[in-house]
Parts: sequence; C-alpha cells; structure tokens
Amino acid sequence: MGVTSKLGNLGIVTTTLETAVNWGRTGAMWPLLFGLACCAIEMMSAQASDYDLSRFGMELNRASPRQSDLIIVAGRVTRKMAPVLRQLYDQMADPKWVISMGDCASCGGVYNNYAIVQGVDEIIPVDVYVAGCPPRPEQLIHGIMTLHEKIKAERIVHWAS
Amino acid sequence: MHIPPPLDATDALKQHFGADVLYSKQFRGETTIAVNPASLAEIMLFLRNTPGLVFNFLSDISAVDYYPHIPSDERPERFGVAYHLYSMLYNRRLRVKVFAAEETPVVPTIIGVFPAAGWLEREIMDMMGVKFEGNPDQRRLLMPDDWDGHPHRRDYPMGKETVQFSFNVEEILKHKPSASK
Amino acid sequence: MVTGIQSRETGTKAVWEGSLEELRGLVTERAMTGETMLLNMGPHHPSTHGVLRLLLELDGEQIVTCLPDIGFLHTGIEKNIEDKTYEKGVPLTDRMDYLSPMSNNMAFCLAVEKLAEVDVPERARIIRVICLELARIASHMVWLGTHALDMGAMSVFLYCFREREHILRIFEMISGQRMMGSYLRPGGVWRDLPPEFYKAVTDFITYFEPKVDDYEALLTRNPIWLDRTQGVGILEPEVALAWGVTGACLRGSGVNWDVRKAMPYSDYDTYDFDVPLGEHGDVYDRFLCRVQEVRQSVRILKQAMKRLPKKGPFRSDNRKFVPPPRRELGQSMEAVIHHFKLWTHGFDAPDEEVYVSLESPRGEIGCYLHGTGGNKPRRVHFKTPSFMHISALPVMSEGYLLADMIAIIGSVDIVLGDCDR
Repeated sequence: MGVTSKLGNLGIVTTTLETAVNWGRTGAMWPLLFGLACCAIEMMSAQASDYDLSRFGMELNRASPRQSDLIIVAGRVTRKMAPVLRQLYDQMADPKWVISMGDCASCGGVYNNYAIVQGVDEIIPVDVYVAGCPPRPEQLIHGIMTLHEKIKAERIVHWAS
Repeated sequence: MHIPPPLDATDALKQHFGADVLYSKQFRGETTIAVNPASLAEIMLFLRNTPGLVFNFLSDISAVDYYPHIPSDERPERFGVAYHLYSMLYNRRLRVKVFAAEETPVVPTIIGVFPAAGWLEREIMDMMGVKFEGNPDQRRLLMPDDWDGHPHRRDYPMGKETVQFSFNVEEILKHKPSASK
Repeated sequence: MVTGIQSRETGTKAVWEGSLEELRGLVTERAMTGETMLLNMGPHHPSTHGVLRLLLELDGEQIVTCLPDIGFLHTGIEKNIEDKTYEKGVPLTDRMDYLSPMSNNMAFCLAVEKLAEVDVPERARIIRVICLELARIASHMVWLGTHALDMGAMSVFLYCFREREHILRIFEMISGQRMMGSYLRPGGVWRDLPPEFYKAVTDFITYFEPKVDDYEALLTRNPIWLDRTQGVGILEPEVALAWGVTGACLRGSGVNWDVRKAMPYSDYDTYDFDVPLGEHGDVYDRFLCRVQEVRQSVRILKQAMKRLPKKGPFRSDNRKFVPPPRRELGQSMEAVIHHFKLWTHGFDAPDEEVYVSLESPRGEIGCYLHGTGGNKPRRVHFKTPSFMHISALPVMSEGYLLADMIAIIGSVDIVLGDCDR
C-alpha cells in the first residue's frame, strides 16, 4: 500500500520466525515507569534530551505493569517495598524481563543493613545487572543493549519453558 | 510594632516551673534544658506563648539511646528525646530534653502545641520504641506493620549480611534466597 | 499503577491485607459506613515522585482525608552512619536527598565540624557555596521538569534535564561522580578544583541565565498552567508554621524565613541575594518562588565565582581531622602516622550533642549529631524537609479534587529518599 506505491515492489523478505519475533520484541520494548531512588533520576536522564533513549524504541514508559515488557528496578529495594515489587512483577504479562539498575538493587550496595533487600534477585529473577551508584545513563543504555542481545539470541524452545 | 526584649529561656523556665527543670547546659553555643516529662506539654506551651521567648517553630524531635546505660545526673534514664525549638522572632534555637525510662519509655505528646510533632513522634515510636502518650496515631511510620523491634536502638543489630568473596561465595549462596532458581 | 480500591463488603484492600477497623479515628465515620470511598494511590504511581503511598478518602472526586504512608524507601542511613567513623559517614548521606546530595553532605559536615571543632578555610567555604548553589539549581530543574510533566507540559521536562546535564558534568569534573559526589568532607572539600572548573562554571552561568526566561515564557502565563495551579493547595502562613513546613513552601505562603539569611553558614551573610516571597500560598506561588530562587542562585554563583581564588587551601590544615596531601606521605613520617590514624581509626568527637540546619532546595535540613567521645557517633538524626512536607500533605489537600493532589505533590517537591532516609 503506502510503501509499495512510493517505492515500487520491494519483494519478499524471508527470515526465521525467531528472528522476526525477537526483532519485534526488542524494537519496541516498553519499560515499566518504576523508579525507587537515586537511580530513577539517572533513568529519567537517560530518557531525557541528552541521552535520548527513544533512539532504541525505549522512551515510552508505561505506568501499568500490564502493558510493559521490562521492569527496570532503579534503586534500593526495602523490605517494605519488596512485596509490592513482587506483585508488580507478577502483574506483568509474559514475556517479561528485569534489569537490576545500580548497586543497591543488584547486591545491596553500600547499605548492608536491616532495611534493604540484599539484591533484588532474592525477589524476582534478574536478566541484566547494571553496576554503578548510580550508573551513568550510558551504562543503563549499555545494559538495555545487552538485554536486547540476550533477547535476540532466544530460541523457540525457550519460549515454551 | 513593639518587640519585647528576649528573655533567657532557662531563667524563665526555672521561675515558672521550678523543680521541673532538671538542668541547663551550654555546648558550642547551644542551650539544652532538660525537663521533667510530666510537665512537658505545659513547658512547650509556655515557651511558645510567652512574650520574650516565642519559640514558635518546632524544627525537629530526635531521640537518642544511651545504651549501655549508666545513670548519671546528666543522663538519668536510657532514652533521651530532644526537641529542637526555634524562635523566628529572636532568631535563636533551644533544645528541650526529656528522658524516658528503659522499662516503660513513655513521654507525653506535644501534638496539641505543635501539630508538626505528630509524625516526628511517630517516627521515634517506630524506630526507638519510645511511646508518646496522647498521639492519636499509634501505627508504625517507617517500618512495615509486622516488623519486630525498634531498629534505631543501640542494642538492635545492624542486620548485616556477610560480604561475598570468591572464597565464601558458595557457602553464602547455599543460604541466600534467590528468585531465579 | 497499583490502585487497590477498598472493597466495601469484605473490608479488605487489594494490595495490603488489613481491616477498615484499623483506620477508625483516622478516617471519618462516613468511610466506615461506606458512604465515602477509600482509594489507594501508590506506592507505585507515576505522579507520587517515588514510592509514596497515599490512602485517600474521597467524596466523589473531592478529597476528604489523606493518609500518607511512607517508609517504602527507609534505608537505615542513620543507623548505618552510627556504625562508621565520621568521615566514612559522608557518602551515605549523599543518598538521602538524591536530588541535591551536596546539601546532605553539607548538613552532616557542618554538624561534625561543630561537634569536633574543625575549621574550614575561606576558599573551601566559597567552593562549598558554589557546589550548594549548583546543586540547588540542579534540584530545582528536576522539580520543575517533573512538576510540569505531571501537569502535561512535556517540553519543559526535556529542557530542564538538558540544563541539569551541564551541572552534572561540572560535578563529575570536581568529584568524579555525576550525582553522588561526596565532595564536601569535614574540614573542607575532598580535593582541589581542576583548572577547567572555573571556565565551566562561568560558561554555565552565561548559558543558563537566559534559559530561566524560557521556562517562565512556557509556564508563567500559560492559561492551562494557571488553571491547574492557582488557588490549589492553599497553605496559610500560620498553618505552615505549625506543621513545620519550610523552604519554598513556607515562603510561598509569605513567611520570610530562609536559613541562609536567618542563621548564615558558610559565609552566606556576605552574599547579596533576595528571598523571593509568595502571597497566596498556593501551588502557583510556590512555583514562582522556586523559579525566582533559581535566579537568586545564579546571582550568588556569580558573586562566589568572582571571589574564588585560583589557588589556596581547599581543606583544613588540622591534621587531626583532615588527612595530609599525598605528596607529603613520601617525605614526612608524621604525615604517614596521621594518614594511617585517620583511615583506620578516624577522629574522636566529644560525647555531646549538636544540631545544625541549612537551607536545602526543599527546605530546612537539620542534622542532630550526638557523639560518643570515640570515633563513631552515638546518634545521627536528620530532620528532612520532605518528611515535614508529607506530614503536612493532609492539611494542604483537604477539600481539593483528586486531580489537584498531583499538582500539590509536585509543588511541595518531595523526595522520598529524603523523607524515609
């Protein structure tokens, strides 16, 4: 229709189902609008003017977990917040991925004490860890790119499990 | 507008409340007046409303735990609660301090004088375990409702987890909960 | 958005199991009979600026009562500092009010300096003022951006973050970290300024000053903005004082109180700046106050840059509190001893208590510090502006519409890390 009338017949592109689906999954991945602490500010920086996360189709944050594919745990998770986080994760529709952003979310960071969960992987399974306190926006973007690589390497057999 | 000259808070309190004032102390230019908790609310009202004092702003309430406690004149009980008042008119601060016993740490609320005290008192109730009698909201503020103990007490453990190194990582991972497994 | 609506039949909440009976006395009787609705907002909500949970009692769309629930970001920072020596406590304070870490550093450093009687050289005081004012601008940029974003003005957010990046680059230049620099230390600052710093700040000032006009052009007379903010969340001056509200919220109500003027620290009394005041105490006046505050910060920055000598001491010479410079370690045995002593044991402070306060971008941040006589504090308590402001949210929001709540939360500029600590 639109494209063919302008560019003529583009022909047919053949590819595997895996590649096509994984391309779709990485190209428009919607993160959950979920900020906890300091790292959330760097996450906002990454989406704002200078770093412009929309270059990777990642700028559209969804406020509802039902509509999002990725949860970026940006900041320290406290014992009081942990059940809420788990519930948010459970509410997300499959397929879903988790990035643990920052030291606090990855391992407790400088706060080795009674209030902080020592690593968010105690509550939800994490795909990519991003180090830093807080990580620079470039680091977060790198983490997201790493996740994209990981998704592109997924095979049909993994989807079922 | 006529502004009455500032009064010395210690003298004024001693004059009006006599034995309720335990001691008064100066350190680094800050005045601390320790008072009897029973008449705390009246003292606060007096400090706020008396011309020449007008401590009309409650900056902070903080509690301190003198654990392990050895009774002394300056620290008669284990828990100290410090009220930091500020007078906008005379631009000066005052610390009023009360002490609460280890077995029954109860201090009367000053929410009737300073509404701002409501949450500050709840925080101390939660974190230090000092009860504020008369505060309408006795729920925990910061910690979850089912939390055990009062974290800011000196005898409450920090809750540290052993740091992982390559020599002990396997031992730790055996016990550490994980969602990925 | 996790919004659990309280079920009238069972009395259970969607997220938190609990009975309505727990709330007796805190909500009105009408809620107990089911006449008004209880709505849970947060802790995951795009407009609560973090993890704040509000339990709202609604009559139609009107807020009857509001019960804030905090602690979802309680990090145990105060307890953690009690476990560390004084200097090692500084990096932990960074993460409280994460929009302006420098103010937290400063509060803790001022308290330690007062308790242990550490002197700060004049040049270090000027550097501190520059850092604090840059942090104030950076913090207000995030506030303006997110506040405007909540109200539907997307472009302001993008502009504000663009400007903020410039400040973060300067912070990275001086401390090696964009946000959590821990640059201010007891006795001065961590290290000397790099030579590029002077030009970077002067360039930033010339670049930034006209930008404030742009934001004002976008918002100040924008009819949608006026509709959403004027006459909303009114806070009378007496009420504001009684509830311990400070900062731009207090000044928006017309109370002229700024810690920088009232109890000057770091030579603020020698700088020439005004304290902007509002009249009505509504969301719009708070907005105007903060924007004017940004302009005043630029004014202070200009004066400070003029005063700042290129060379000079950046921290105290008192070796009992401040480690010796690296180059002395190879030559002086005494320097090695001091270095070893400071990094293993730290310094001792008397078993006494002090309270200091300063003006952070959000309001008065106070630090109560009680020493033990040893190298670790007995108690550190931070009085934080966000804490007081959230406790005052119920008085601010009563009687307004649910949609106004978003404007009110945005205008008081809360940071939950600051509130829960």
